[in-house]
Amino acid sequence: MDITLKVWRQEGPDAAGRFETYQATDVSPDMSFLEMLDILNERLTLDGEVPIAFEHDCREGICGTCNLMIDGHPHGPQMGTATCQLHMRKFSDGDTITVEPWRAAAFPIIKDLAVDRSAFDRIIEAGGHIGAPTGSAPDANLILIPKDAVDAAMDAALCIGCGACVAACPNGAAQLFVAAKYAHLSLLPQGQPERFRRAEAMVDTMEEYFGACSNHAECEAACPKSISIDFIALLNRDYVRAKWRNRRLAGQSV
Amino acid sequence: MMQLDAKIPEGPIAEKWDNHRFAIPLVSPANKRKFSVIVIGTGLAGASAAATLGELGYRVKAFTYHDSSRRAHSIAAQGGINAAKNYQGDGDSIFRLFYDTVKGGDYRSREANVYRLAQVSNEIIDQCVAQGVPFAREYGGLLANRSFGGAQVSRTFYARGVTGQQLLLGTYQALARQVSAGTVELFTRSEMLEVVVAEGKAVGVVVRNLVTGEVTSHSAHAVVLATGGYSNVYYLSTNAMACNGTAIWRAHRKGALFGNPCFTQIHPTCIPASDEFQSKLTLMSESLRNDGRIWVPREIGETRSASEIPEEERDYYLERRYPAFGNLVPRDVASRAAEQVINEQRGVGPLRNGVYLDFAEAIGRLGRDTIEERYGNLFEMYERITDENPYETPMRIYPAPHYTMGGLWVDYDLMTTIPGLYSIGEANFSDHGANRLGASALMQGLADGYFVLPYTIGGYLAGMLGTDPVPTSHPAFAEAEQDVRDRVARLLGTNGSRTIDWFHRELGKIMIEECGMARSENGLRKAISEIATLREEYHRDVKVPGDGVSMNESLEKAGRVADFFELAELMCHDALYREESCGGHFRLEHQTDEGEARRDDERFTHVAAWGFGGVGAEPSLTREELEFEYVELSQRSYK
Repeated sequence: MDITLKVWRQEGPDAAGRFETYQATDVSPDMSFLEMLDILNERLTLDGEVPIAFEHDCREGICGTCNLMIDGHPHGPQMGTATCQLHMRKFSDGDTITVEPWRAAAFPIIKDLAVDRSAFDRIIEAGGHIGAPTGSAPDANLILIPKDAVDAAMDAALCIGCGACVAACPNGAAQLFVAAKYAHLSLLPQGQPERFRRAEAMVDTMEEYFGACSNHAECEAACPKSISIDFIALLNRDYVRAKWRNRRLAGQSV
Repeated sequence: MMQLDAKIPEGPIAEKWDNHRFAIPLVSPANKRKFSVIVIGTGLAGASAAATLGELGYRVKAFTYHDSSRRAHSIAAQGGINAAKNYQGDGDSIFRLFYDTVKGGDYRSREANVYRLAQVSNEIIDQCVAQGVPFAREYGGLLANRSFGGAQVSRTFYARGVTGQQLLLGTYQALARQVSAGTVELFTRSEMLEVVVAEGKAVGVVVRNLVTGEVTSHSAHAVVLATGGYSNVYYLSTNAMACNGTAIWRAHRKGALFGNPCFTQIHPTCIPASDEFQSKLTLMSESLRNDGRIWVPREIGETRSASEIPEEERDYYLERRYPAFGNLVPRDVASRAAEQVINEQRGVGPLRNGVYLDFAEAIGRLGRDTIEERYGNLFEMYERITDENPYETPMRIYPAPHYTMGGLWVDYDLMTTIPGLYSIGEANFSDHGANRLGASALMQGLADGYFVLPYTIGGYLAGMLGTDPVPTSHPAFAEAEQDVRDRVARLLGTNGSRTIDWFHRELGKIMIEECGMARSENGLRKAISEIATLREEYHRDVKVPGDGVSMNESLEKAGRVADFFELAELMCHDALYREESCGGHFRLEHQTDEGEARRDDERFTHVAAWGFGGVGAEPSLTREELEFEYVELSQRSYK
């Protein structure tokens, strides 16, 4: 296959960016999208040009590092698939493909296609955890959890923190990312003591960086793990409840 | 020859760890904040250690080359984590997990360490559940278990097919909590490029900021390396693209001995490469072998598709050769058997580089729904990569480098031969001997990070009460920084004619051929000389594009590949020295008449710990004799 690539190049955070056009020739349909970029970068290197900076690591769709906007879709055209697991067989010979970085004010560009997603970590630091100091845990089977509950928590916990939800959102909102982590922890009994504190801490921190959610649902379509926006409803409800709840009475009223 | 002292505590094996914990001097809560500890790497081992040390009150600086500690490659572990809970009442115990692990490692690990690992395995599960790790459950609400990787008890805890992800997110969140509390200072996109040793002790590190190129020094009372394994020495492996051996190699060059470098694990169930530009290999969980049957055609050069080959013309070679364990033989045995049938020209797929893993029988017996519930996400992943539907056509699999049992030599306290320098998780050599059992890597990473290092490091720190860390103004820091800057400048200035990946691929070919699943004296001697030649060519002819003051992935890789060359030579030296076959190390000269591994317990019941002798020079050997009081050495048999 021969492919024409229009790739966003930008030397640094404050530099002006531009699209550059490259030809990728003899592309095998069995190659992954990133392997196609690897080969282009090898060629650029040998031609004395600076290779395209893009982020990637596990190439198994689980670490969440890769993050390309391909023809306007976060992670490209295949549903439920991270960029690293997208293969060239999803494209046709002669296609022109546009490759951009995530577009969101909260994810400033570092270089070319690489962006800074550390705002996600700030949200997790604020409340995306359960306080269980090492060594203080009771026997694991003392906490009984209905299978359905743990399965629901697991559906949310699949989030890989890639940021596709933010990139897809017209408002640059991070509601799906936050809701996924919130739901993972708050659907489990272990997450109950800090539940409403967590809702406030995560949402308030999110709002320092990201836009507001208006239920466009673009995020769910873009999510490589197909995480449901139902979790956003849970987060929103708990955030409201957190605001009027008297936590000193939580033991009596949950 | 010099002998190493592992400082194994006295007493019966079940009491050693308790006795030792009592004997280790404590640091009082008020004094803990006077001590600073550097942790390099924030995967399972590093993040759990940093979080726990922070909780205890130490001042911790943690470094990762990723943009977030949630990206470490621990995240890709699929199958599960072992623990001796015996929740299924099927006869498991701490002693059995210990015994299985020592046996699985082909009697080349240290009994006392493995016993401790089995002891703390139970605490790990408790800890992870308390943190909210969503392990699979039964309808009654209790934890579910499965049998994994040839174990005859069900001791593996799992979270769908993404156990590593869920455990890593647990450690990531625990670490985030400490970052927020201010006990841990986390440096992301920062790669450690030198360990600083002064007055005979590890006193700090030099790191390079991967966005700005800035080189800085950091000092502390102790340094912990939790930087994972070095399977990427083979170029194609299941490791993430950035996984590397630089941190442990730099420590080795500064005097830390390297234990059993040739002990590597080639995992039997990976998706075969589709072309020469393949960048990495994808692992399919070993759990697939619970229901899949492995076969190749009986005839050489078979051209029919799998469905056209009748039952009697298929060779279920694992079931044939190992009737007792069948498709569930340990990883090293399964990998070698696959290599053999492929060498016999009986491989399948377009490049004839795979064997079939067939679910037809299981689907017939259990129904498609059951198989989908068990392996749905893995089947989907396989289809995404190969465009083949494994419910209808058998999967194709092939062995790929996956894990390195070798690593920095550590004593019972997990301290390397440099005082104050610790190594935990896959980065050390300690617990898996010559072969790691499935679902044991996650267990070891978390055991070291949550439950072992936080105790043992206190013993070292207690002795330093009242002393400040060696300041970064010490000349050893300036020297190490200069060394890093020189290396970066040299790589950028070479301006040769070949890419880094070209060299890395060539190195990988030599290594997989000569120091992979089967090794021989001639092959290894050839490899050592070829690697040396390639290494010299690399430093003369590599082309590293870009600059050193902005994000430059090529430059990062160039430094890592430079270190891989030296590490590869050491691996070959070790493989050449070890004139026996054990676990993942198979020497063609040392096999039984039936082609099985033959150990030489008389000569090689020891750890080979190597000292750095200079680039291209012979390494120096030190031994740690292994003594087995509780496990009886026997030839492993899975027939």
